[in-house]
Amino acid sequence: MKIHEYQAKQLFSQYEISIPRGAVADSPDAARVAAQSLGAFPVAVKAQIHAGGRGKGGGVKIAKDLAEVEKYAGDIIGMNLVTPQTGAEGQPVKRLLIESGLEIEKELYLSLMTDRESAEVLIMASEAGGMDIETVAAETPEKIIKVYVNPLSGIYPYHCRQAAFGLNLGKELLKPFSQMLTRLYHLLMEKDASLVEINPLVITKDQELIALDAKINFDDNALYRQKDVAEMRDLDEEDPLDVEASKYNLNYINLDGTVGNMVNGAGLAMAVMDTIKLAGAEPANFLDVGGGATAEMIENGFRIILSDKKVKAILINIFGGILRCDVLAEGVVKAAKNTQIDVPLVVRMEGTNVEEGRQILAESGMEIQTARDLADAGEKVAALV
Amino acid sequence: MSIFVDADTRVVVQGITGKEGQFHARQCVEYGTNVVAGVTPGKGGQKMDEVPVFHSVAAAAAETGANCSLIFVPPPFAADAIMEAADAGVNVIVTITEGIPVLDMMRVKHYLMLKPTRLIGPNCPGVITPGAAKVGIMPAPIHKAGGPIGVVSRSGTLTYEVVYQLTAQGIGQTTCIGIGGDPVNGTNFIDCLEAFEADPETKGVVMVGEIGGSAEEQAAQFIKEKMSKPVVSFIAGMTAPPGRRMGHAGAIISGGTGTAQGKVKALKAAGVHVCENLGRIGELCAKVF
Repeated sequence: MKIHEYQAKQLFSQYEISIPRGAVADSPDAARVAAQSLGAFPVAVKAQIHAGGRGKGGGVKIAKDLAEVEKYAGDIIGMNLVTPQTGAEGQPVKRLLIESGLEIEKELYLSLMTDRESAEVLIMASEAGGMDIETVAAETPEKIIKVYVNPLSGIYPYHCRQAAFGLNLGKELLKPFSQMLTRLYHLLMEKDASLVEINPLVITKDQELIALDAKINFDDNALYRQKDVAEMRDLDEEDPLDVEASKYNLNYINLDGTVGNMVNGAGLAMAVMDTIKLAGAEPANFLDVGGGATAEMIENGFRIILSDKKVKAILINIFGGILRCDVLAEGVVKAAKNTQIDVPLVVRMEGTNVEEGRQILAESGMEIQTARDLADAGEKVAALV
Repeated sequence: MSIFVDADTRVVVQGITGKEGQFHARQCVEYGTNVVAGVTPGKGGQKMDEVPVFHSVAAAAAETGANCSLIFVPPPFAADAIMEAADAGVNVIVTITEGIPVLDMMRVKHYLMLKPTRLIGPNCPGVITPGAAKVGIMPAPIHKAGGPIGVVSRSGTLTYEVVYQLTAQGIGQTTCIGIGGDPVNGTNFIDCLEAFEADPETKGVVMVGEIGGSAEEQAAQFIKEKMSKPVVSFIAGMTAPPGRRMGHAGAIISGGTGTAQGKVKALKAAGVHVCENLGRIGELCAKVF
């Protein structure tokens, strides 16, 4: 799960990690009041959306007086902000963060993440702050310092020193930096974050370390024990069909193609998308109804696929294991009765209770093409779009 | 021969009185697996069908000689269950549970490094040695006993599809292992490939991977340097968009790494027979093996 910059900075505040003074605003008037409360210029006017690269899309401006604050706020709120990460359709801006400007001496990069390969917390730091870290990693990997922290032993001062010396920090910054890094580590561990990133982390002319930006991602599997984090979820930042699907415990991702598909199991669902593509069509979605799907879940899955107007045909591929084929067939028939299915349907079933399932479909009176195997299913559905 | 589980494996099911645990424990018993004990704290002394239930894994192991644990407990309690099993001296722990927090698994993984225990999963269908033992949730009838092919996969139903096609071609399996779809797991591809290479009955391996991480690339390196047996592979997610979690917690392309294309390239370079069309993997295996 992702959160906004201003929310990440609220968490930083809780952990006593220095951030610029700032306030959130949802209108030009509120932006003016926020800027006035900061008491000095320039101020930064920053669009609050989840995607990165906001500056490149015109979502971050520096205002030198109140008139500019109001003008920029008016421009940005309500705009459809297109950044390298939003895709061409962009993301509407609802909120701004108004922040005091800083006198910057140097920009650094600092992040902590749960690293899957090592099963440790990976600290990455670089003197190439403010740049896209993936570009730095690809072009000049020697500029990135990596420090691994064992989750059983936790963070020690030597981890911090390793990062600090790697960043060529002056002696006077060693202690505040170590303190900040240790606090970030505790934030990650206590809040079940998967990534905490500060880019840039700035050294001001007064030799203070301040998190100018803040990004935190969380482990979805841990949200059950992070109620305050879960409350920060902003559904407006997510695809409405994805949100609808998550209400029914369905794993759904909306894509650009025309072949809707429903599959049990994530790996098989990906493989079915690939099969559709290989047959010459494009998948309209990823939909994993899971191993223990009920007839109701199948019906809801159907409704979500059908509410996507791009869909021209639907492929259902179920390998019955825990999910029995007769349960699937009942769900399909029930969905057909309750919703208007106006696109052709191809079904491929195999596994537990497959004969019962086929019989239910055959007796339903629905127009369904059956496929004998996966390759056949892909070709049949691709021929329909 | 087989790897990890065989006819002598003695299974304790953790969470045996829950809905899923009970259903699948019965399926394992029906298959002929030695399910010798169950564990549900607070329900010690009861029985699930003929299987005695204990308060703890330690008690179950002491009483019944259980040497393999099959875990169905819900995510918030799964890390606890795995470490309990390891502490009780169980050799192999198969964890079916999906949705365990990453930080829990990171701690578990480092804890298990201090133990001789092998963890399979989490978020996996388990292990089956057809004709000998089923320690997991896979549908038994699709398998064919007697080998000569080993199967290892990050996915559940995708594995069933592959095994189904193998069996349809008359190709039996020595052992089929689901290593799970989570970013941090116990046993990895290389552990399984190494065991299959050493198993005299296994003549070849099917490796089923998917987007995310670099386990397939590391496996490719291992195959190139250490394996004499032929390997067929399929990688799911050629059409998966970057930055999105495709159902499995570990199936995500991030920062340009973990793409299916990159994995296929690495595997091909290692001499692996990569199948591009899942619907035809059975036919390809019939040709290669």
